[in-house]
Amino acid sequence: MSTPLLSAKGLRLAFGGVKAADGIDLDVMAGEFLAIIGPNGAGKTTFINMSTGYLRPQAGRIEFDGQPILGLQPRAIVRRGIGRSFQLPQLFTEHTVLENAALAVASRLGLWSPLAPLLRPAWREEAMDLLERFGLQGVAGSRADALNEGARKLADIAMAVALQPRLLLMDEPTSGVAAAEKMQIVETLVRVLRQSGVTAVFVEHDMDVVARFADRVAVWSQGRIAALGPPAQVLADPVVQRDVIGISAHA
Amino acid sequence: MKRETLLAIVGALALILCAWAIPWLKFVLTVALAKGIAVLGILLLLRAGQVSFGHAMFLAVGAYTVAFVAPSVPEVLLLLPLAALLATALGLVIGLFLVRYRDIFFGMLNLALSMVIYSLLEKMYAITHGTDGIRIAALTFAGVSLEREVQEWVMFGIALTLAIGFGLLVRAYLGSPMGRALAGIKTRETRLEFMGVSARLVLLFAYVLSALMGGVGGALVSMTTRHVTPQLAYWTSSGELVFIAILGGAGSALGPFLGATAFELVRVYAAAAVADAWQMILGGVLLLVILFAPGGVWGILSSKLKGRGA
Repeated sequence: MSTPLLSAKGLRLAFGGVKAADGIDLDVMAGEFLAIIGPNGAGKTTFINMSTGYLRPQAGRIEFDGQPILGLQPRAIVRRGIGRSFQLPQLFTEHTVLENAALAVASRLGLWSPLAPLLRPAWREEAMDLLERFGLQGVAGSRADALNEGARKLADIAMAVALQPRLLLMDEPTSGVAAAEKMQIVETLVRVLRQSGVTAVFVEHDMDVVARFADRVAVWSQGRIAALGPPAQVLADPVVQRDVIGISAHA
Repeated sequence: MKRETLLAIVGALALILCAWAIPWLKFVLTVALAKGIAVLGILLLLRAGQVSFGHAMFLAVGAYTVAFVAPSVPEVLLLLPLAALLATALGLVIGLFLVRYRDIFFGMLNLALSMVIYSLLEKMYAITHGTDGIRIAALTFAGVSLEREVQEWVMFGIALTLAIGFGLLVRAYLGSPMGRALAGIKTRETRLEFMGVSARLVLLFAYVLSALMGGVGGALVSMTTRHVTPQLAYWTSSGELVFIAILGGAGSALGPFLGATAFELVRVYAAAAVADAWQMILGGVLLLVILFAPGGVWGILSSKLKGRGA
C-alpha cells in the first residue's frame, strides 16, 4: 500500500470539557476525495484547523507526504502543499474577484515586488484562466462583496487552488448555497480539482453530494471517527443513519 | 488614473503659481508639501485599516537629525538622506514590535512611543535645549550658500519634487501585490496567512516606508522653518497628520497633498481672521468632511471630474 498523503495519528484536543478531537486516526490517500460528515460540534472543523496549523493538538502527530507538519505556522504548511477554503468565504472584499485571484497567484509566485503592478499581464492571464475554470469569468470585475454566496464559495476555493496545493481541505463548500445551485457548484469544483490532480477532503452536510462525489466518507462523532469507508456502505449503516445523518440533516 | 495625473499636474502648477504670485505663501506651501509627504505614510497604514496616533515621532526624528547635524554638515543634499535613513531605521526597530498589534493597540502604542520621544526631546536639555528648541543655521545646497529668497525657492522646489516622487512611489506601491495585500490586513488577515503570506511582514514594509516618508517630511519642515522643538513629536502633531489624511482622503496618493494644502491654508487664513478660534474652524471643517464627504477633498474632486467626464 502506498504512503498516505496526509496521515493523522492519535490527535487529541479539548476545549475545556469538550473533546473536539479524541484520538483521531485518519489516512488520506493521494488522489482521493474524502468527505467528512457528522453533526455540528463533532470536531470536523477542528480537524481541518489542526491539519492546517491553525490549531495545535494536545497530543498526536500529523504527517504530510511522510514529513511531520505539527508545530508549523499555517503559511509554512500552505507552502508545503496543503490548501484550505473556509465555511465563511475569506475574500478581500474591497478588491475585485480578479484582484483576489491575482493576489493568490502573486502569493505563490512572489508577492515581494513592491513596484510592479499586481495585474501584470502574466498574472492577470493566469488569474483569468483560473476564474474561467471555475465559471467565474463573468464576475471577474465585480467587487468580491457583491457576489452571491455560491460565487463567493467558488472564488474562495479558486484562491486556494491558485496556490497549486496537492491537498485541499474544504470546510462546508456548499453551506449557505441555494439548493438549486449546490450540485452545479460541486460539479464545477470537483471537475477542476480532478483536472488539477488535487486530493480533497471536504466537510459536507448534504448526503446527496457525499454519495455522488466522495470516494470515501469519514463519520465524525464527538471528536472520534465513528465510521470510515465507501459512501454506499457507510451511508447505509443504520447506526450512522440514526445517530449522524438524522442529526446532521437538521444541523 | 488619467484624472489623477491631470489633477496632479494642475495642482503642481497651481502651487507654483501661488508661490510666485504671493511670495509669503511659499513658506506655507513648502510646509504643506512636507507634511503631505509624511501623510502619505498615514495613508498606507489606513489602507491596512490601521491608524497611527504617534507618527509625528518620525517627523521629529527627521527634523532633529537636521538640527543636530547641520552645524557640522549644513548640506541639504546630505541632510535629507541622512534624516530619511535614521527615521527608516527607527521605523524598522519600532515596526518589528508594533506590527504584532492591530487597531486600538496599534494606534495607542504608536502614541505611547511618540510621547516617549517627545519627553526625551523635552527633558534632555543639555542636548536638545528642551522646549526652547534648536535654531538651524543657514544651509547650503550642492555646496552653494543661498540668499534667503533663493533658498525659499530651492526648498519649495525640493519639497515639490520629493512630493511628486513619493506620490508616484506610493501610487505604484498601492497598485503592487504588496500594496493590494494591505487591504487584506484590514479585512481578511486569515486568508493572507493561508495564502502563505506573512501579514506582519506586509504591514512592516508599509510601516517602514511610512517612517521613511515621515523622516523626509520632518527634515523638510525643519529646513523650511529653521527651528525645531519637541512639539514636533507631541501627540497633537500626530493627530494633525491623521486629520490631514482624513481631510484629503485615502483614495489616492494625491489626497495627502490636497489635505495638507487645505489644512495649512485654512489654518493661516483662519488664524488671521479669528485668532482665538481657528482650531474650532478646523474642527468644523473636519466634521463636515466626515459627515458629508467621507472620501475627503480627493473624493469631492474626483467625483466632480468624473461627473464632467461622463
